[in-house]
Amino acid sequence: MSRLKGKTSKGIIPWIFLAPFLIIFVTFMAYPSIYSIVISFTKYRAGEFSYAGLSNFKYVLNDPTFRKAIANTFFILIFQVPIQTLLAVILANFLNIKRLKALGLFRMFVFMPVLIDTVSYSVAFSLFFSNSSGGFVNSIIGLFGFEPLQWTNVGILSKIIIITAVTWRWTGYNTVIILGGLQNISADLYEAASIDGATKVKQFFEITIPGVKPVLLFSVVISVTGILQLFTEPNLITKGGPVNETLTIVQYLYNTGFVAFNYGVASAGAYILAIMIAILTYIQLKVTKED
Amino acid sequence: MAKTKSLKQERSLLIPYLVLTIASIVSVFPFIWTFIASTHTNTEIFQISKAFVPGTNFFNNYRSLMSFSNIWRNLYNSLYISLLYTLLVCLIDAMAGYAFAKYNFKGRDIVFFICVCSMFIPQQVTLVPLFIQLSAMNLISNPWAVILPALSNIFGVFLMRQNFVAFPNEMIEASRIDGANDFLIFFRIAVPTVKPAFASLAILSFVQQWGNYLWPLIVLNTKESFTIPLVLALMRAGGTIVDYGAIMVGAVIALLPVLIFFLLFQRNFIEGIMSGAVKG
Repeated sequence: MSRLKGKTSKGIIPWIFLAPFLIIFVTFMAYPSIYSIVISFTKYRAGEFSYAGLSNFKYVLNDPTFRKAIANTFFILIFQVPIQTLLAVILANFLNIKRLKALGLFRMFVFMPVLIDTVSYSVAFSLFFSNSSGGFVNSIIGLFGFEPLQWTNVGILSKIIIITAVTWRWTGYNTVIILGGLQNISADLYEAASIDGATKVKQFFEITIPGVKPVLLFSVVISVTGILQLFTEPNLITKGGPVNETLTIVQYLYNTGFVAFNYGVASAGAYILAIMIAILTYIQLKVTKED
Repeated sequence: MAKTKSLKQERSLLIPYLVLTIASIVSVFPFIWTFIASTHTNTEIFQISKAFVPGTNFFNNYRSLMSFSNIWRNLYNSLYISLLYTLLVCLIDAMAGYAFAKYNFKGRDIVFFICVCSMFIPQQVTLVPLFIQLSAMNLISNPWAVILPALSNIFGVFLMRQNFVAFPNEMIEASRIDGANDFLIFFRIAVPTVKPAFASLAILSFVQQWGNYLWPLIVLNTKESFTIPLVLALMRAGGTIVDYGAIMVGAVIALLPVLIFFLLFQRNFIEGIMSGAVKG
């Protein structure tokens, strides 16, 4: 009898533990995600939604500004993620050399950029890369005899600012993630390999790389996803300019939804972004699984 | 022989030292510069000769910041939102993670699967519907408009579940026999065993919420409700003349709490992220 009672109450207890999270999840995640699909098939005018079929999707896919935003975002992506990953791998390997002194201090310094809030560091970077000849970066290149550059007036230079800023902020974070992976590799593996006469280079490719692969994958996936969702830096440093040269997908969505109040188009665009993120994540998981 | 080897070893450490030193300087410099820039006038900020020496304009910058917005009010908003969010996310996610890890119940796997899948839905998908929803709930410009949607933090549930899995079932059984109910077991026995996981979730949540920009920009619409990043962004966007000195004072005020928090819990911070990624 008491056993039976125990069982029935046990059936409810896990749901009580889950309840706060599930209520929040359904109200603020599941429901709006579905609602968003509905909105993407409607037109919003004067507080009323009316059915609009696929017109929002057609509109957004044919909008040259949206295409420009996708092109810009991917341009930033294909340079920023590899550069950052390479830097993070190098730094993590150096931070894993146990014979170095002051490792904890180096690790702390390298990690620090992730602490600063995005707005503050964006303003700081916009000042470093100011167009004036007294600007920080312009002064440095001046030392090497170069003319000051019009950073925010030239498309490619604006993209370079964004790439530099994002790389500055996230390299340390990814270094720490990769370092975690490196430290999880058993030292015995290296010892056995060096007894077998494997060179350092061989050890790097045959023990280190396979050992950190899952963590490296994690780092790349979150970096790619992060760039696809880039907003604050272009919004504050370059304001999307010059002439939309650094306009990103999320900036486009923000402008469409909350400046122009075109809810339907913004929702359709958001779903296209979601699909892109899903596809890219899937490809990355697939590619790394094969070998 | 041994001597030449150690000499060679020393030399091979030269490049790591050099690279790490440069990386450290590059990482830390913008922090120092932010402090220095907050003491300069708007014209001095653009002069590289002043980039390394503090100026005397801090209080003027502060006054000009205060005339734009009551920054202490905004600091309070930032703290209120970030701390309350951190506290609630730890509680809610730990409870959910515990349920997923330690109970066998009908529908568990499907619920968990749905949660994990939704991790791949970017926040941007819910921007418009959430805004409409929160407007209908009359929560615009209310701190809860920022806190509530963010509480749907599946990463945290995942992290907590991973950590509770290792908690021995025998301990739960034994405590039940001793007459403890499930909630007592959770709060008194299970929770203390995963303190490091709480530390990393708390730290990550706090820092993330502290710098949150896009969503607060959408739902907080009055200067009284603004968090610090919103004030700074508004000052940066405004007018033809931007008062950078005042912005940098705001940046310093935004930076200090996180920096203090970090220096106190530096070890938990970094190790939390390292273990979080390895486990996740």
